[in-house]
Amino acid sequence: MAFSPKHLLGIEHLSPTDITAILDLADTYVDLNRKEQKHGGALTGMTQVNMFFENSTRTQASFELAGKRLGADVLNLAMGASSIKKGETLIDTAMTLNAMNPDMLVVRHPNSGAVDLLSQKVKCAVLNAGDGRHEHPTQALLDALTIRRAKGRLHRLNVAICGDIAHSRVARSNIFLLNKMENRIRLVGPQTLMPSGIDKFGVEVYSDMNEGLKDVDVVMMLRLQRERMDGGFIPSEREYYYRWGLTREKLANAKDDAIVMHPGPMNRGVEIDGDVADDINRSVIQEQVEMGVAVRMAAMDLLAQGLRTRRREAITV
Amino acid sequence: MKILLTNARIIDPEAGTDEIGAVLIEKGKLAGIYTGNPNLDFKVDETIDCMGKCLAPGIIDIGVKIGEPGERHKESFKSAGTAAACGGVTTMVIRPDTEPAVDGPETLEFVFRRAVSDAPVKVLPMAALTKGRKGLEMAEIGFLKDAGAVAFTDCDHVVTDNKVFARCLTYAKGLDALVIAHPQEPMFSRGACATSGPLATKLGLPAVSPIAERMQLQRDLALIEMTGARVHFDQLSCAAGLNVLKRAKEKGLNVTAGASIHHLTLNELDIEGYPTFFKVKPPLRNETDRVALADAVASGLIDIISSMHTPQDEESKRLPFEEAASGAVALETLLPAAMQLVHGEYMDLPTLWRALSLNPAKLLGLDTGRMAVGAPADLVLFDADKPFILDRTQLHSKSKNTPFDGRRMQGRVMRTFVSGKEVYCG
Repeated sequence: MAFSPKHLLGIEHLSPTDITAILDLADTYVDLNRKEQKHGGALTGMTQVNMFFENSTRTQASFELAGKRLGADVLNLAMGASSIKKGETLIDTAMTLNAMNPDMLVVRHPNSGAVDLLSQKVKCAVLNAGDGRHEHPTQALLDALTIRRAKGRLHRLNVAICGDIAHSRVARSNIFLLNKMENRIRLVGPQTLMPSGIDKFGVEVYSDMNEGLKDVDVVMMLRLQRERMDGGFIPSEREYYYRWGLTREKLANAKDDAIVMHPGPMNRGVEIDGDVADDINRSVIQEQVEMGVAVRMAAMDLLAQGLRTRRREAITV
Repeated sequence: MKILLTNARIIDPEAGTDEIGAVLIEKGKLAGIYTGNPNLDFKVDETIDCMGKCLAPGIIDIGVKIGEPGERHKESFKSAGTAAACGGVTTMVIRPDTEPAVDGPETLEFVFRRAVSDAPVKVLPMAALTKGRKGLEMAEIGFLKDAGAVAFTDCDHVVTDNKVFARCLTYAKGLDALVIAHPQEPMFSRGACATSGPLATKLGLPAVSPIAERMQLQRDLALIEMTGARVHFDQLSCAAGLNVLKRAKEKGLNVTAGASIHHLTLNELDIEGYPTFFKVKPPLRNETDRVALADAVASGLIDIISSMHTPQDEESKRLPFEEAASGAVALETLLPAAMQLVHGEYMDLPTLWRALSLNPAKLLGLDTGRMAVGAPADLVLFDADKPFILDRTQLHSKSKNTPFDGRRMQGRVMRTFVSGKEVYCG
């Protein structure tokens, strides 16, 4: 297998071949997950620890399910409630866990770069489940798989990423991934939610949503991250909905067969109209959730293979 | 005691010269400076052959943080003083941002006592401009000045209340006290730990535009113009600020400015991968700003280079970038890092030393910092070209948070003299 890194920390350092390898393997796990007997054996006997320093329901559940279906022992640690509150540093927590010999560490942390830091201190494979505003690689991969299955390809598509780009790790990972696979990316949203220098990332920036959605194949909505805003970035939610909320009228600018995506959880009536979100002909939001489990299984499978190879080599040496 | 230093490359920042010659030290002062082919046929107690290496006035470093009082585990007068001696720094001008802040004559007296007993180099304290560095009430500037405070600053706490700051400036002006200001708009830079731009966006770090520097400079300059106070800006870091400073100087305002060695030798690309030893305040800028800053030192627009020595223990740096403490130690790395500016051909040695010793001395009204007969024999003898790889564990500071760890550097201190007494010999 071409893809055998130690960790999955971000999309930035993956090659198009790596991405394709993960997605191809994920396709097989989609089939497995649709069977009644859902067990694979890639992680049999391994221990997976989910450390979420930020609240999460869906991502954590997705990783837990992925690990269990691959045969791992899965331990969920709600970090918000435990040692961090007692003043233990991130590295000490990591060292403690390291001593328990886990094989996979799935980490979400509110600070950018925190997962990189942690990966330098532990012996196991680390999966970034979202760090601050930096990256959320498995989300970008599951989005890619959803697009590839819906559109039949993952290149030469016009993709509009809409909303709160500034606070979004999902947007950053998706920009890297879609660019690597040679798609045209448009970013749509208020200027206050566009991070500085974003025009250098190979994207086109639009303030006007009708213009930005013109003839696109994929409309990717982002959640308005109310908890990450330290000041007024927008005057009100109703004005946001009026200008940048995805409604049927605005969606009419896109291609007739354009798909609508959202990483969830949705703020209905803020960034997306409930009607559009539930439209089974356009919305692939439920598929995204399904692909999420498969992509995470694929990523952990590949990391486990890498881990086994490295351990074998260590013994031989 | 007479010491003769022969065969030295004498760096004179005042005359702008760099010539081979000899220097005579007598009773702690420079008793003679000889260039050309002088007759050195007199009796001395000790002769040191400098072997053609550089002999310059000792560095006067404005803005050194010592952990006393409050954080002695990070740095003490003894450890900082030793580091300074090893780095060719003969006078440390220390910051009042301690715990508690040096904002009254009692704390200042404690600092003096500790400094005199423990540090092998000269120590001059600065004091807070407002009580507790809170920006609400003026500190006892008069008492503090009489007790030996050489300047008044709240360090990185900006006095945001314009009325309070204007009164501080007016009062300081009346006592001819020097005020040191920190030109970063604090509301605008709130929470930021990087300079805004594509890199900060990619890393997902909260960032601030360098315009924050220009904004604060402009506010401060307006009040300086109104009050006529004498003000030094501790660190400028970007081209946007330099333009404003240039206009203010042309206008004849009584202002000077400094730059930290890190902003002169590193740029924002160094924070790729989130190494927290590169987290400084203000954040590292892009390469265009760094070059503009180095050019400004060469032209004299920036008057002073300082280390902004800020010791932080391992625990406060072993954290995610956003949560890690800011600052870097630099007393020992100041000279080799500054030599990058000479080796990189931004300036010659006398020009560099104008910023390292002469200008700081002039700013504080000190008789040291120059190569002149009668001045205190505060000297550094160094090899300008000697290459080495920095190993942070070898630093003498209690804290080892240097961004230069593992870096190839050029320029090494051989001996340091304070008032004619050798305090370091490498």
